[in-house]
Amino acid sequence: MTGQVYKWIGTRPNRPDGADKVTGRARFGADFNMPGQLVGRVLRSPHPHARIVSIDIGAAAALPGVKAVVTAADFPEQENIVVPAGEMQVNLRDVTRNIMAREKVLYEGHPVAAVAATTDAVAKQAVALIKVVYEELPHVIDVAAAMQDGAPILHDHIRTEGVQPAPTKASNIAKRVENLKGDVARGFAEAEVIIERSYTTQPVHQAYIEPHACLASAAEDGQVQVWTTTQGHFQVRGFCSRLLNIETSQIRVTPSEIGGGFGGKTVVYLEPVAVRLSQKTGKPVKMVMTREEVFRASGPAPGGTVKVKLGAKRDGRIVAADITIALQAGAFPGSPIGPACWCSMACYDVDNIRVVGFDVVSNRPKVAAYRAPGAPISAFGVESTIDMLAQELGMDPIELRLKNAAQKGTKTHYGPTFDRIGFIETLEAARNSAHWKSPVKPGYARGLAAGFWFNVGADSSAAAHVAEDGTVTVISGNPDIGGSRASLALMAAEELGVDYDKVRAIIADTSSVGFNFVTGGSRVTFATGLAVVNATKDAIRELKVRAAKIWGVDPEGVVWEGGQARPAGHNVGEFEPLSLAEIAAQAGKTGGPINGHAQLNAQGAGPGFGVHIADVKVDPDTGGVTIGRYTAVQDVGTAIHPGYVEGQLQGGAVQGIGWALNEEYIYNARGRLDNPGFLDYRIPVASDLPMIETVLVEVPNPHHPYGVRGVGEVPIVPPLATIANAVARATGVRMTDLPISPPRLSAALDAAMPRLAAE
Amino acid sequence: MSDIRYVAAESLDEAVKAMLAAGGQGKILAGGTDLLVQMRSGAQNPGTIVDVKKIDEVMQIVELPDGGFRIGAAVSGAVIGEHRKLAAAWPGVVEAVNLIGSKQVQGRASAGGNLCNSSPAADSVPALVAAGAKVVIQGPNGRREVPVEAFPTGPGRNCLAPGELVVSLTLPPRPPGSGDAYLRLIPRTEMDIAVVGVGVSLTLKDGVCTAARVGLGAVAPTVLLVEDAAKALIGSKLDDAALEKAAAACSAACKPINDKRGTIAYRTKIAGVLLKRATAIAARRATSNVPGGMH
Repeated sequence: MTGQVYKWIGTRPNRPDGADKVTGRARFGADFNMPGQLVGRVLRSPHPHARIVSIDIGAAAALPGVKAVVTAADFPEQENIVVPAGEMQVNLRDVTRNIMAREKVLYEGHPVAAVAATTDAVAKQAVALIKVVYEELPHVIDVAAAMQDGAPILHDHIRTEGVQPAPTKASNIAKRVENLKGDVARGFAEAEVIIERSYTTQPVHQAYIEPHACLASAAEDGQVQVWTTTQGHFQVRGFCSRLLNIETSQIRVTPSEIGGGFGGKTVVYLEPVAVRLSQKTGKPVKMVMTREEVFRASGPAPGGTVKVKLGAKRDGRIVAADITIALQAGAFPGSPIGPACWCSMACYDVDNIRVVGFDVVSNRPKVAAYRAPGAPISAFGVESTIDMLAQELGMDPIELRLKNAAQKGTKTHYGPTFDRIGFIETLEAARNSAHWKSPVKPGYARGLAAGFWFNVGADSSAAAHVAEDGTVTVISGNPDIGGSRASLALMAAEELGVDYDKVRAIIADTSSVGFNFVTGGSRVTFATGLAVVNATKDAIRELKVRAAKIWGVDPEGVVWEGGQARPAGHNVGEFEPLSLAEIAAQAGKTGGPINGHAQLNAQGAGPGFGVHIADVKVDPDTGGVTIGRYTAVQDVGTAIHPGYVEGQLQGGAVQGIGWALNEEYIYNARGRLDNPGFLDYRIPVASDLPMIETVLVEVPNPHHPYGVRGVGEVPIVPPLATIANAVARATGVRMTDLPISPPRLSAALDAAMPRLAAE
Repeated sequence: MSDIRYVAAESLDEAVKAMLAAGGQGKILAGGTDLLVQMRSGAQNPGTIVDVKKIDEVMQIVELPDGGFRIGAAVSGAVIGEHRKLAAAWPGVVEAVNLIGSKQVQGRASAGGNLCNSSPAADSVPALVAAGAKVVIQGPNGRREVPVEAFPTGPGRNCLAPGELVVSLTLPPRPPGSGDAYLRLIPRTEMDIAVVGVGVSLTLKDGVCTAARVGLGAVAPTVLLVEDAAKALIGSKLDDAALEKAAAACSAACKPINDKRGTIAYRTKIAGVLLKRATAIAARRATSNVPGGMH
């Protein structure tokens, strides 16, 4: 569709990390070990909210085999300032309190102390010997309850930001944000149909298979090394530096292979604690979370409430939208309320839009990023309401969306004006898909919804090293969570004109390549890809210089074509083309090693749009939902490696389906999590799902040489409403509260029985 | 941490002695699919682990002279599932055992272990209750038998006295025209714990139900034998009125709790729904089990 003919881009070679992963050679976070290492373990709060009266580490420290015990007293106090972290913003004052509680514990599982001991058994025993006196405080879990007057206040210093006049009373509402476009009151006055509904969603965990794990080694001379499973080792270095007052260049962080992150590994939990324990003991310290710790103490995506009011003309033109979103931030401020607000109406070109958002703290783990942070929640509300509008107007849901679709030139309610985007193409591809054109099977009903993610650029560095035999190493610094090494190598091979298997892409530690912002925001193939392309161009520039030297001509007289240096024209002279290998072999005589470098702050990340289709069947007696067919359609820019792009669409869809149907945190009356494991925290299993079909729509991003758009986040945005819309069409019952689990759907069906029977 | 003693007993006597010697700190290891998980989570810290997999009687399925079956307590789900005669006679029991855990877990998990773990949500137990299975127990005072419904005494508790262990489960002979079935409700399609489980075993003669037993799981502290549901079915042609009555009896028997796996209202409702569905499957199997073929 791009009209471009590529040799490597768009092909599906094996990923460079594939063989290691399927043979067990790949090393994940818990696979790093050093001689003499100690085991670190964390004591966690049993209470959701309590003041720490005292901590007595005496008995634990005296236990044979215990080498160190740390509490918040071992970490310096931090300023109340906000710094970017992944797709979220974090406050250093809060980060140091999240890794180790200070005045109060704010959620069950909040770290209170940590020990380093010679064995895991001794470490466990030592943790049990630490005596903490708590003064229990009333707690609040739910976002709506936390916003009420009289709710237990988590932080006495929080005054709601973004409210005039500035409040004087402490609140759990950390921030109010507002996006405004046009005149909403006038828009609703023009509307012929108005639909208004409220929705709730539950917090969900990213559910990466690999728990957090790291190994830290602090040497006597002040140098620190960390091996960890993370989406951003530069971020880990930065946090350890800030939280422990260590100069950044003294810290070297090496990322392991990663067993899933999905946004949840863009923050730190264990690393600063392990470094501190290593500093105190002089020995390497290894820390690995249990699954239970992952659930109780690492960041889920927020739950939220969404109120949506849409006004439309009878012809389907939406004229006004008024949306209010409140998101749980967890124990500290900083939910993705901004992205939730931006993404809510971004699919649609509507003149009058108001979106108001609230960032709300409550006694649960601080949220972390999760694929398109915030967007699935607001999209669930908006896309469900649009489906109701389609039903009210008797319009085809694709037709209604096409009538209002954002396109190039549409000014969004949150500021930016879209350049070339592919929402219309995506809707049309959905309409032309085999799934949409197929008849709905008896007993099933079909639902559809759309989704948007803006995608991110930001800082990347890369290098391309030409080896003496002419093969090439591409070096960058983003942990590979979705096949990025293969995509980077494909772009470098295309640029160089050499075969894919001559290019090896690796991820360097923080001391071996320039700064790279985290793997997140669907930025790596776009931004780091751009850095790799530029580094490769830099290497090609040098290759041409060397060819010119060999021929004794000006570098301007050399062009690079098909993996070879050629004379630019006959006037340059008649020379046999020089291959990459030939130039590399003579590098020592022509100026030494041949490398290319690039660093940049990438602008112009192309937004992505997705449209999902689901056929579902509902068991009227049990409330069980069966998905018979599911298709994800998405504008992916140029699919550098279509297989891995399809994998992103499938993975995102599956996670969204889990969010829609079964995933939820179940807290008991004491504020403790009752389901901290995969048995009762129900992500979908393979037998729950059909093969997720994909349709790749390629509308190239004009701001990338190969047209790359981020693809990893959009696919988790549409599924929540896609499933709810299909269930509504199957049963006549509109589920506005997630998850649509069998007990909830069964109760809703029973409640609706008299009404449905009467209709 | 204290050391754990591990005994791989070669005989029942040795196993009983080792359990007695453990003084209440002993745990029997069959497949270990509950025990090892509980040890890992810290819920169990046994002083002695007594592995019974070297004892023949515990590892065999035997066809009894009367037509019944004796299933060794540690026989794995996979082995039970591959026993064609057992599966033909007791398809409901076998499908219930085969629902425990995943494919991999089936290679280790046993019906005896499922029973001894004494969870009210154990999948195999309602089917065994419906089947009228007996539990064979060996202990310091010799051997005794109890009906399976009398074995569990509460969540995680059972009637085993110190030193006792489960040797086998016996299933009675099957009259012609008999069939059984087990259904459970889980929010997913596998890898989950029953929110409600219903086992139904019945015998049909000329379309009339002459015998029936109903086992109900996950709705009370122990798996229940629901005699009122059986009474509603016996003597009927499994018509709608009889099914409604039996379903109502199942719902009435429920004493569930609200927990992470389901609400009281939902469990009570589903008990009735599954009773009807399981009865339909058992009846279909009973009909095809009549000499002379399908009706």
